Amino acid sequence: MTSLEEKPGDLTGSTPPSGDPGRPSDEELLAAKLVPLRRPGQWVSALVLLVLFAMLVHTLLTNSRFQWGVVGDYFLQSSILHGLELTLWLTAAVMASGYALGIGVAVMRLSGNPVLRTLSFGFVWLIRSVPPLVQLLFWYELASLYPQLSLGIPFGREFVTVRTAHLFSGILAAYVGLTLDIAAFSSEIVRGGILSVAPGQSEAAQALGLGSGRIFRRIVLPQAMPAIVPASGNLFIGLLKATSIVSVIAVQDLLYSAQLIYNQNFQVIPLLLVATLWYILLTTLLSIGQYFIERRYARGSNRRTERGFWQVVSSNVPLFGQSGRQLAGLS
Amino acid sequence: MSGLVRIRGLRKSFGTHLVLDGIDLDVREGEVTVLLGPSGSGKSTLLRSINHLERPDAGFVEIGGEIIGYRHHRGKLYELGAREITRQRSQVGMVFQQFNLFPHLTVLENLVEAPVSVRGRSRKQASEQALVLLDRVGLAGREGAYPRQLSGGQQQRVAIARALAMEPKLLLFDEPTSALDPELVGEVLAVMKDLALSGMTMIVVTHEIGFAREVADTVVFLDGGRIVEAGPPAEVLDAPRHDRAKAFLSAVL
Repeated sequence: MTSLEEKPGDLTGSTPPSGDPGRPSDEELLAAKLVPLRRPGQWVSALVLLVLFAMLVHTLLTNSRFQWGVVGDYFLQSSILHGLELTLWLTAAVMASGYALGIGVAVMRLSGNPVLRTLSFGFVWLIRSVPPLVQLLFWYELASLYPQLSLGIPFGREFVTVRTAHLFSGILAAYVGLTLDIAAFSSEIVRGGILSVAPGQSEAAQALGLGSGRIFRRIVLPQAMPAIVPASGNLFIGLLKATSIVSVIAVQDLLYSAQLIYNQNFQVIPLLLVATLWYILLTTLLSIGQYFIERRYARGSNRRTERGFWQVVSSNVPLFGQSGRQLAGLS
Repeated sequence: MSGLVRIRGLRKSFGTHLVLDGIDLDVREGEVTVLLGPSGSGKSTLLRSINHLERPDAGFVEIGGEIIGYRHHRGKLYELGAREITRQRSQVGMVFQQFNLFPHLTVLENLVEAPVSVRGRSRKQASEQALVLLDRVGLAGREGAYPRQLSGGQQQRVAIARALAMEPKLLLFDEPTSALDPELVGEVLAVMKDLALSGMTMIVVTHEIGFAREVADTVVFLDGGRIVEAGPPAEVLDAPRHDRAKAFLSAVL
C-alpha cells in the first residue's frame, strides 16, 4: 500500500469511500466467478420445438398411409424421370432467357431515354400484375386471340405467316409465359443490384477511358452481384417449383407425371411424396450452388468468409454438428 | 509556350443554379494549377468539365489543341460519340476525393484494367508497368491486396498510380486529401509533389494551402462560378486583392 491509497476519499483506494461495511473489497470482486444470466425461456422453447419435431418424425415413420414402400417403387420410375428431365430443362431455359431479357429491361429502366424507361416500367408493371397461371393460359389460348402471326413491315406487307394453333404448344406457352414472368422479376433484382453500386465507380471507370459496355461488365455488374445473387437464388428456386403450374395445360413435367400415375392407381399421397422429394433434392442442390456463387462474388468485400462449405453446414445444424458448444450457449 | 489546356467562356448551370459563369483558364505544360475557393464555388464542376464528366452549357475546353467532347464543323459544335469521348478521356487522368478504386479487383488488377482494355497492352506488359508505378508511389509489394485492406492514404496513392498507368498528358485531382485522416494527408501530398517535380501537368482542387504555396505555379481562386483571382502563389495567397479571397484565406490559414 502506498500512502496515496490511504487518503480518505481517494478513488483508487481499496476500501470504498462511503465506508459501507457490506461492500466487498476489490480483491473479492476480482476473485469472484462470473455467472451469466440464466435464460430458462430458451430451454423451454427449444424443448417444445424438439418435442414437436420428434412427433413429426414419428408420424412420418409410423403412419402406414404414407406408404413409403410405394414411394420407393415409383421414385426412379421412367415416366417420373422423364417428367423430372422436362422440369429441369424448362427451369434452365426459362432462367437463362428470362435473365437475359431481365438484364435488358433493367438497363432500359436505368437509361437516359425516357421512352425506353417508360416501356420498361410498363412491362414490369403489366407482367407483375398478371398471375403466372393466367398468363400461361393466355399464351396457351393465343390461337383464339390471334389465329395467325405474320412477319413483315409494320402496318404493311407480310412476308411469313404462321398459324398460332400449330405454334403454341403447351410447352412453348409455358416457356414464353414463365420467361416473361422471370424477366419482370429479375429486372427489378438486377436494377436494385446496379443501383447499389456507388456512382463514383462508373465515373472513375469513365475517367480512365473505359467504354460503357466494358464498364458494365467489368466494374458495375461484378459489384452488383452480391446484391443480385441471394434474391436470384430465391427466384430460381421459386421458378423450379413454379414450373409445376404447367401441369394445368397438360405438359408432362414432374408433377403432371406423378398425377398421371395416381389417376390410374389412386396412390395419391405416395406419388405426391415422390414429386415432393425430388423438388426438395433439387432445391438443396440449388442452395449449395448459391453458396458457392455468393462466395465467388464476395471477393474484396469485408463479408468474405474464409469458412469452408462444411463449416457453414455444421454451424447451421447445431444439434448434429456443434451441439456441445451451441447448447452450452443456451444455459 | 502555348497552353496545354485552354478553357474559354465555360458556363454550366444545374437547373436554375449557375455553377460556372464564364471561366477562362490556361494551363501550360508541366505546370501545377491549384483551384481554391469556398464550397459551391464551382471548383469541382470546372475540374469535371475538363474531361467531359460534366457537359458545359457554353464555352469549350481544349487539351493539346483538341476540343474536348465536341467537333467543330461549319459554325456548330457537334457532340462526339462515346468512342471518341472515351479516347479523349483516356489522355486525362483523374483522382477522386473518395478514391473510387474498384473494390472487387486487387491493386494490380485496378492498375492493369484500363491499359489492357483501352490501350490494348498485353497483360504481362501492363503488369510490369503497374509494379513500377506502385514502387513509385511507395506501395511496392502491395499489388495482391484488395483496396479494403489498405489505409485511405494507401488507397489514394493506388488511385494516383492507376491514373498514371494510362500515361496521361494531364492529371486532375478533385480534393484528393479531403477524405483522409489528418495523419495520412502527408503521404499523398508527398506523392503529388514528386509528380509535380517530375514535370506532370496537374490541376488540383484542394484546401491544402501549404501544398499550393510550395508546389503550385498558379493559384486560381474561384467564387460564385467566376475566377476572382489568379496568379503565382506568393501573389494570390499572401497579397490577395479581392475581398472574398481575403476572407477565405484568413479563414483557412
